[in-house]
Amino acid sequence: MDEQTRNTAAHQDLTTELTEHVRAAAAAGRPLKLRGAGTKSLLGRPVADSAEPLDLAGHAGIVNYQPKELVITARCGTTLDAIDAALAEQGQQIPFEPPRLGARGGPAATLGGTIACGLSGPARPYADAARDLVLGARVLTGRAEVLRFGGEVMKNVAGYDCSRLMVGAFGTLGVLLDISLKVMPLPRCSRTLVQACDQATALERMNRWAARPLPITATCWADAGDGGRLWVRLAGAEQGVLAAQSAIGGEPLPDDQAATFWTESIREQQHGFFGGDLPLWRIALPQATAPLDLPGPQLLEWGGAQRWLRSTAEPAAIRAVVSRCGGHATLFRGGERTGAVFHPLAPPVLALHRQLKHAFDPQGLLNPGRLYPEF
Amino acid sequence: MSLPQPSQTDFNDPRLAATRADLVRALRAFLPADAVLEQQEQVRPYECDGLSVYRQLPLLVVLPRTVAEVQQVLRLCHARAVPVVARGAGTGLSGGALPVGDGVLLSLARFTRILALDPVARTARVEPGVRNLAITEAAAAHGLYYAPDPSSQIACTIGGNVAENSGGVHCLKYGLTVHNVLAVTLVTMDGELVEIGAAAPDSPGYDLLALIIGSEGMLGVTVEVTVKLLPVPERAQALLAAYDDVERAGQAVGDIIAAGIIPAGLEMMDGPAIQAAEAFAHAGYPTEAAAILICEIDGTLDEVAELAQRVRALLLASGATTVQVSQDDAERLRFWKGRKSAFPAVGRISPDYYCMDGTIPRRHLPQVLRRTAELAAEYGLPVANVFHAGDGNLHPLILFDANKPGELGRAEALGGQILELCVAVGGTITGEHGVGIEKINQMCIQFSPAELAAFRAVKRAFDPLELLNPGKGIPTPRHCSEYRQLPERGPEAHHRQ
Ligand SMILES: Cc1cc2nc3c(=O)[nH]c(=O)nc-3n(C[C@H](O)[C@H](O)[C@H](O)COP(=O)(O)OP(=O)(O)OC[C@H]3O[C@@H](n4cnc5c(N)ncnc54)[C@H](O)[C@@H]3O)c2cc1C
Repeated sequence: MDEQTRNTAAHQDLTTELTEHVRAAAAAGRPLKLRGAGTKSLLGRPVADSAEPLDLAGHAGIVNYQPKELVITARCGTTLDAIDAALAEQGQQIPFEPPRLGARGGPAATLGGTIACGLSGPARPYADAARDLVLGARVLTGRAEVLRFGGEVMKNVAGYDCSRLMVGAFGTLGVLLDISLKVMPLPRCSRTLVQACDQATALERMNRWAARPLPITATCWADAGDGGRLWVRLAGAEQGVLAAQSAIGGEPLPDDQAATFWTESIREQQHGFFGGDLPLWRIALPQATAPLDLPGPQLLEWGGAQRWLRSTAEPAAIRAVVSRCGGHATLFRGGERTGAVFHPLAPPVLALHRQLKHAFDPQGLLNPGRLYPEF
Repeated sequence: MSLPQPSQTDFNDPRLAATRADLVRALRAFLPADAVLEQQEQVRPYECDGLSVYRQLPLLVVLPRTVAEVQQVLRLCHARAVPVVARGAGTGLSGGALPVGDGVLLSLARFTRILALDPVARTARVEPGVRNLAITEAAAAHGLYYAPDPSSQIACTIGGNVAENSGGVHCLKYGLTVHNVLAVTLVTMDGELVEIGAAAPDSPGYDLLALIIGSEGMLGVTVEVTVKLLPVPERAQALLAAYDDVERAGQAVGDIIAAGIIPAGLEMMDGPAIQAAEAFAHAGYPTEAAAILICEIDGTLDEVAELAQRVRALLLASGATTVQVSQDDAERLRFWKGRKSAFPAVGRISPDYYCMDGTIPRRHLPQVLRRTAELAAEYGLPVANVFHAGDGNLHPLILFDANKPGELGRAEALGGQILELCVAVGGTITGEHGVGIEKINQMCIQFSPAELAAFRAVKRAFDPLELLNPGKGIPTPRHCSEYRQLPERGPEAHHRQ
């Protein structure tokens, strides 16, 4: 890294400034609202207006990248685009395909916000989830202490796994300063196949395929008034992909269309299903669960484990159906956002959450109420 | 002070005997007679785990059969402030299941049922005492298996695997326990039942599952585990490459990964380890080699054929003196047999051995191996190296004889130095065996006082009275300030013992 890159806005270490900021907020008992690029500010519950914004986009830059060790460490404000570009030069990628969710032409999603929200893209059930790939993190707690958990190695069981604990915590336990991720090679070959079928058939097929050693890396089912179609992506060594293609069949999609479909339509939710203002629910289920009987259209991903629903049904009614199947439901976008946006927690689990929040942020300064109204 | 000594208590101490008698009476009120062991010869088998240099008799042993019984035992101990140590098969290598003298040893050995196995959803719900290999055996009929495969998989339990976040030789591609467990049912110290994680992905709220996995029995007692099952690959093929130089073998590992290939397993052994393993397992290893690499490729038939060719070419280009490619499954398993029995093999050539477990950024391998050899010479003890090369997890095996005065102390001091070396190059003191009681000193080196305080706060969030597995995993500030002030941690301090 030469001096010039070191000093650009895209490569700055603001650890000291951010720590001072949190220290001052702690002294004044002033809550903080953590903000990267703001692409995910509509997720979760809104933080009270009285909270002072803490801007994290400036703390940016790739700190260490070791392609041969499959690890990259970057500051929270680094954009996913910058990371992708660095990885692609070495033929590698972030395997969980993190959604950006930013407006077209707007600010680019940051690594910190991505990990704090813990969202994973189409590859999740076949590759790994965001949490699976986090190897370590440097965290600024509500006590204004900078703590390092985990590291840059694949295997590490010293101390509790507090870096994974931060994934999906929506910044309520600490500011993720730097994050180390396991990265993986880009597949040499990728092929998307489309089959016409209804939801029940799609579920049956996706689960049957997943029980066989096939190089599937994404699945999606949607019904655009055509009775339904199932998209399957195969990726890996060329011979394996070709063999799997003939094993499962279907209409191949041209490569550029396939890339647009998975990245834009599904990961970035540009598919017509996601348009409009109806509340968007994200339902997570054991993947083999039969079709859910809920009012409103659905789009399925992750072999049936993630189901999107557009519905104005009562949250309690939706959650009752989903809970019975062993799943949980998040009001992902729209709807009434000051209530239980995330699935309510069982009392003993909620009690543990309160105590963990107290352990890392005793004054409740960081993103209060973003996850649950109770903390 | 070199060994982090457990506080030694005398089993027959009158005060302890009175506490025991009281507790036994209370336990027998709800447990069958055979579920409480209180005689010295009955509890003797529980005095240590796989790290047998530490021994301590527990106050008593309980062997419950039901979750309700576990809850009752914990509630009782909680009310009386009696410490509890959970135990699976006792194969742990860091003294994690070492009893405490005034506490109950809670064995989960009777929880051996596979409760459900769903071949469509590819999950299994099992009791904590189920052996790791038993899950794979039960799943085999459906063409499925449980991926993490510690070398101890015949004996170790899934409850122990969860507690240690155990790995195996296939973690580079298939992950550790944390990547393959979907949910656990936990009983916290106050007897409360808590469901953590689910068969559905991304449970709401904090990722408590990540916290529980690898928590060494300090946050709660696992009474049920739901694991993910994977389809058995169509084909697996192993390559065995010999090198006359350890550094070149290390280089080859990076070359394979840089070529975009993620092998199912990628293991390395050095000369002394090769010779011990060959003498024990007759795996056909080249005993004159300075290092061997075992690289396993799996996937569909065509995929494996393609990748095996590429790996073979990469190994030859990296300077391997010979490369053998397994022709059938029998040969593949033979390549693995030596590696998987490396620990007992070393146990045969030396009266005792001490297994270390550091992980390092792989680029520092040459430096770490060189420095380890220097340290071994300084301490006058031979070291054999077994290495999960793909993920940087190093197992130096220190050979010693506990019957020779001072050797045990020297072995442990040398081990401590090796671990501190791992930390110095940016690695960690334990990749998969856990901190237990063994590495409690090195925790003071790897983590700052504020980080250790955060761990203790996590501990108290689950167990405010700190009754579960006390003295393990996370050192107290006092312990660390004493350790950091030790005037001398070099070999001489132990030669003088
Ligand atoms: C020859 C040999 C080879 C090995 N190879 C490997 C290897 O390749 N990879 C690897 O990772 N490890 C390996 N190990 C280490 C060991 O087998 C693992 O750590 C294993 O997971 C321990 O399981 P166990 O059932 O024996 O647990 P125990 O030793 O009984 O206990 C281990 C820890 O888990 C806690 N615990 C156990 N059950 C529960 C429960 N139900 N609830 C809460 N806490 C619990 C105990 O308190 C203790 O802290 C090896 C050990 C040996 C002896």
